[in-house]
Amino acid sequence: MAFFVAPLAVLLAMSFARDADMHALTLANYVKFFTDPFNYSILWDTLMLGVKATLLCLLFGYPVAWIANRASARWQAVLLFLIILPIMTSVVVRTFSWIVILGRQGVLNRIAMGLGLTSEPLRLLFTEPGVVIVLAQVQMPLMVLPILTVMSKLDPNLADASRVLGAGEWRTLWRVTLPLSLPGVLMYSASVTAFVTQTLIGGARLVYMPLHIYQQAIGANNWPFAAAISIIFMVAVLCVVALLNMLMRVTPIDAKP
Amino acid sequence: MPSPSFTLDWESLSLRGTFVAISAVAIVFLVAPSLIVILTSLTASQSLRFPPDGLSLRWYAALLSADQMQQAAWTSLIVAFWATLLCAVLGTAAALAISRSDRTWARFFDLMFMSPLLLPALAFGFAALVFIYRLGLRPSIPLLILGHVIVCVPFVLRTTLAALTQLDHSLLDASASLGARGWMTFRRVTLPLIGRGVVAGSFLAFMASFDNVPVSLFLADERTEVLPIHLWQQIETNLDVRTAAVSGLIVIFTLLLMLLAERFAGLTRQMR
Repeated sequence: MAFFVAPLAVLLAMSFARDADMHALTLANYVKFFTDPFNYSILWDTLMLGVKATLLCLLFGYPVAWIANRASARWQAVLLFLIILPIMTSVVVRTFSWIVILGRQGVLNRIAMGLGLTSEPLRLLFTEPGVVIVLAQVQMPLMVLPILTVMSKLDPNLADASRVLGAGEWRTLWRVTLPLSLPGVLMYSASVTAFVTQTLIGGARLVYMPLHIYQQAIGANNWPFAAAISIIFMVAVLCVVALLNMLMRVTPIDAKP
Repeated sequence: MPSPSFTLDWESLSLRGTFVAISAVAIVFLVAPSLIVILTSLTASQSLRFPPDGLSLRWYAALLSADQMQQAAWTSLIVAFWATLLCAVLGTAAALAISRSDRTWARFFDLMFMSPLLLPALAFGFAALVFIYRLGLRPSIPLLILGHVIVCVPFVLRTTLAALTQLDHSLLDASASLGARGWMTFRRVTLPLIGRGVVAGSFLAFMASFDNVPVSLFLADERTEVLPIHLWQQIETNLDVRTAAVSGLIVIFTLLLMLLAERFAGLTRQMR
């Protein structure tokens, strides 16, 4: 644990330093970040990227968890296996397969052109929608598994009671979805920091925070500034996570087994 | 969850229909990329096209002479092996300690150990680099392994803690009252009961280490290159079909390991 905390403490110290040898204290790195609109547009884009990917993932992931929860034991095992398989497979590999799918000559474009939906290839690679789609797929297991856990612990009587009291299935669903805070949180932090997916699908022109840190640290060799960006990024992610947690606990229901 | 008061009204039908349809799309969405990569790697031509133009194993054969790729794969396996071993020992020890401490401390330590999963891994990788430079060290394989341990240990901790909470404490008392010492009880009673949790967590840690980019990016020295970073650079610079072949191998390797983990540790149940 000390090996985790100590580097972060040194990182924090570095973010206030003037040079990589850590002489002199200064706020210059933070001032530099917040006075250049380029920096906070990257931060904003990154945080929003996470929100979009998480929402898309919820849209697909929730029904999968719902079906898996109602499936027979045998089918549930098969479904779970299919859900876990992608997250076990290397992220680089999964991202690579999406390049084959999204590219100009890719699977999606060929299908779309074959069906006459479009006359020329769509640009999907190196665009933000492309990154969002891939992130949603790559991180979906992180969403489905915790939802499934919470669902399977829900007392069936609660759903019955909700129905007897006149709430429709959709309404019951809505009231059950909200308290599921964990999946969104894990999935969110995984998406905003998904360096490989962001760089390979987003390309060099879509810069998100992890790439920004990497470029400053290794490319520009400006360690103090990279440290400041890292700290700002971490704090921002933690704030969003805390916010998500709060929002999702607005309507708590008792989910104890 | 079949309920006795279930009625087939329009609302529940619409819900079911919508969910089944979305799930079908989602499952295709989840599985298709892995299948596509394997099929693409079997192409006989020079280009990454799907569907492939003719089938052949020529790109897999080409891997036999890809020295850099093999070297990177070998490094990754060694790093992942040691990282997993350390994770299994440290994660189990931490889980035991957490399960024995009182609630407040347990929650605190749980949060501390889980935080590598919540915080941006790339920021941690950079922090680790800054840290070891401050200590006067330079990136090396042992430090790379240590870095991997820190980001992979939460997996072992999670599954082992889950197994520990299901452990029947009267068994431990029984063992103690029969005269078994602490270590003996641990080896003969506790470990066999939580073993599946430890194995499942170790499997997850192994896969996470084998696939790690953000930490390796900073902690690997100039001479050592791990497989995911090598692949990442290949994809960014010259995309060729050999990349697809390696990817195909990784998918198959993962699938086999998963089946093993499922067989011996009930992986899918541990993940929930």
